[in-house]
Amino acid sequence: MKVDKLNSPVNNTLTQENKGVALSMHPRKFGLWLFIVSVCMMFAALTSAYIVKFTEGQPLVYDIPIMFWVTSVVILASSLTMHLAYKSAHKDNIKNVKMFMTITTILGVVFLVGQWYAWIELVQAGVFFAGSKSAPTGSFIYVFSGVHAIHIISAVVFLLITLRLAFNNKISSQKTSVIEMCATYWHFLDLLWIYLFVFLLLNH
Amino acid sequence: MELQTNVDGADVHVHEHHHDEHEHHEDGFIRKYIFTEDHKTIAKQFLILGLMWAFMGGAMSVIFRLQLGFPDFNLEWLRPILGTWINETGKLEQEKYLALVTMHGTIMVFFVLTAGLSGTFSNFLIPLQVGARDMASGFMNMLSFWFFFLASVVMFTSLFLETGPASGGWVIYPPLSALPEAVPGSGAGMTYWLISMALFIVSSLLGGINYITTVINMRTKGLSFSRLPLTIWAFFLTAIIGLLSFPVLFAAALLLIFDRSMGTSFFLSDIYIGGKPLHHQGGSAILFQHLFWFLGHPEVYIVLLPALGITSEIIATNARKPIFGYRAMVGSMIGIGVLSFIVWAHHMFVTGMNPFLGTIFMLLTLIIAVPSAVKAFNYITTLWKGNIIFTPAMMFSIGLVSLFISGGVTGIVLGNNALDIQLHDTYFVVAHFHLVMGSASFFGMVAGVYHWFPKMFGRMMDDKLGYVHFWATFIGVYLVFFPMHYIGIAGFPRRYYSFSTFDFTKSYADLNMFISVAAIVTFSAQGLFAFNFVYSIFRGRLAPQNPWGSNTLEWTTPRVPGHGNWPGAIPTVHRWPYDYSKPDSDKDGFSDFIPQNIPFSQTPHSNFENENELIAKQEGKNAGGNQQHHH
Repeated sequence: MKVDKLNSPVNNTLTQENKGVALSMHPRKFGLWLFIVSVCMMFAALTSAYIVKFTEGQPLVYDIPIMFWVTSVVILASSLTMHLAYKSAHKDNIKNVKMFMTITTILGVVFLVGQWYAWIELVQAGVFFAGSKSAPTGSFIYVFSGVHAIHIISAVVFLLITLRLAFNNKISSQKTSVIEMCATYWHFLDLLWIYLFVFLLLNH
Repeated sequence: MELQTNVDGADVHVHEHHHDEHEHHEDGFIRKYIFTEDHKTIAKQFLILGLMWAFMGGAMSVIFRLQLGFPDFNLEWLRPILGTWINETGKLEQEKYLALVTMHGTIMVFFVLTAGLSGTFSNFLIPLQVGARDMASGFMNMLSFWFFFLASVVMFTSLFLETGPASGGWVIYPPLSALPEAVPGSGAGMTYWLISMALFIVSSLLGGINYITTVINMRTKGLSFSRLPLTIWAFFLTAIIGLLSFPVLFAAALLLIFDRSMGTSFFLSDIYIGGKPLHHQGGSAILFQHLFWFLGHPEVYIVLLPALGITSEIIATNARKPIFGYRAMVGSMIGIGVLSFIVWAHHMFVTGMNPFLGTIFMLLTLIIAVPSAVKAFNYITTLWKGNIIFTPAMMFSIGLVSLFISGGVTGIVLGNNALDIQLHDTYFVVAHFHLVMGSASFFGMVAGVYHWFPKMFGRMMDDKLGYVHFWATFIGVYLVFFPMHYIGIAGFPRRYYSFSTFDFTKSYADLNMFISVAAIVTFSAQGLFAFNFVYSIFRGRLAPQNPWGSNTLEWTTPRVPGHGNWPGAIPTVHRWPYDYSKPDSDKDGFSDFIPQNIPFSQTPHSNFENENELIAKQEGKNAGGNQQHHH
């Protein structure tokens, strides 16, 4: 996506012309929200499938990996730094934007590595994704965290793009739409993980 | 501001709005026709690819109808096309019969009636009817088509696999679809199917996000939701339904991919092949059905709602009457949309579901009859005492209403969980959904093509060929699907290769033959449409700017709208789109229609009392700029 175009004021002529009854939100921000809705629907399907599997028959009993507690703290911390970066952009403090964005990106990568170690922990505990020793409830943990991780990877790419804009001085208090979209997506994935984590804590 | 206008106003380029996007605005061939971001060209790409799929899907049905109607017929002459799908005795391979049925369903439901219908008309009409220069994101819109194209390529390629394409039915229930031992098509063919559908889902979501954003964000001044043409309401709701249901299919497909390729057991359990158990334990095939039909049922309305929206527009225009019950039409579409998410289990009455649960789903299913009946009633009352002009588009729209009713009535029978025990998976079901969803939506699509062809290509399609096409298709469709109800009540299961084995099925051999002949004639009649379509693009009569005397904004554009749609400013909307045959409009200098962009102040004689109040309010606003200046 040509993200940096979003910030340029010229680009908005297309919508400004239509000002009247239309929603004042930028179309691409609105599009992001719609994308978030579709991701929600996918996880709603997966988690409800899990409930169906969990309530019928004998579900596999397992312990939640300790690592999930660590990664949850990491991703919550990354949301905080993301928010600080966004606030700094509003205050035109570009130095802080760069710093907090960098920290957020690093925390994002740390989160991914942590999820990988959580998988190792699961395998050691005898909870397998596939094969004759696996059971659907156990496989679901991998699906939840794996599909979520793929979204996190996409969000890290988004973070890197935004970071590049920050280093090219294309983010300021006048040009916040990209960093705002980036923050929205990141906070959403944070919340989504917390939801999945709490969901697993309650149903394992 | 620099405008270049040639003589007929067809080729107008707008510079000021697109500086940032198109510095080199004289696009080359590739940018203009292939990797284009213009919504009108993308719409035509969807239409042409959709129609090509329609002919392919139709041809497949003819081949398996030959097998069903004439089980002893020698199909040797089809060998040049079908190759080894014809066996040594000149008959269709049994497994390839299943492949044909599966591909016919997949192609028609997803590629023709979802991409070909929604993709074409949402893309074409949303910006034109809401008064926008283009979609919210032209780039995403382009991606949407190319993902569909990739999906098409993968699906098409799967036809040439040695083991054949997916053969487990378009609903791809595991374990049939999960194990290559079940049917050869569940090997590589199914993998291709899943890849293709994943690409297709991405395409649908990209398109849907764009449609919703454009309708919400980019309506022109004055175009409130209560003034939206019903086409736009339909496309808007369709996109929302798609956005909510396609991710669920994606989830189901993902789990199925894991089961097939990685050895998980989400949907598989206790399966023995050749006496040996598979390692899969603890999965549930029913779970897949729940996930699939949570998309599958809304998908029915993703297919149908755009056709209903198109019909509303065409019937009001050609009956020269305001649509009857505009708010009821919108309300019933919203009602259908909401209900479509809570009825999915009526596809699963015979899966051993708790009968009490089945009763709840029956109740919810039967409630859908109410908004559907409201729509049918409103179409008929719009026609009632109208000054009807029978254009081919109007014929197909009225045909849709007929098919919607006769196909919908049998839905009430099937929605009953007791009756469904007898009728489930018989030809009764086939007849039901081919009338109400297949044919009705197809009629809506064809009606849309006849109606908006002048705006798409600047030329008219031939009316006479259109009438012949209509009658052949309309009569043909009834001749094909009506007798199927009887076969279904008699207990013929669907998807069976042959009916010559049992005595009770043999007695219907003549009827099956009759259906097959009708199907072949109906399919052949579509050739008229193909000829008319292609010929008219190049040689058709030049279209007037507003050939049907229609009110909506697309007819205020030049004969062939350029990039940006309107050469000058975007028109402002002042009224709803259904001011047809308004009393005293002639005194205001209008014939029997007043387009949406005409202010009430220009039509003092024909304004209704409440509209005069509206003008007073507007003038008060203009004079003082004071919003609180009420009457």
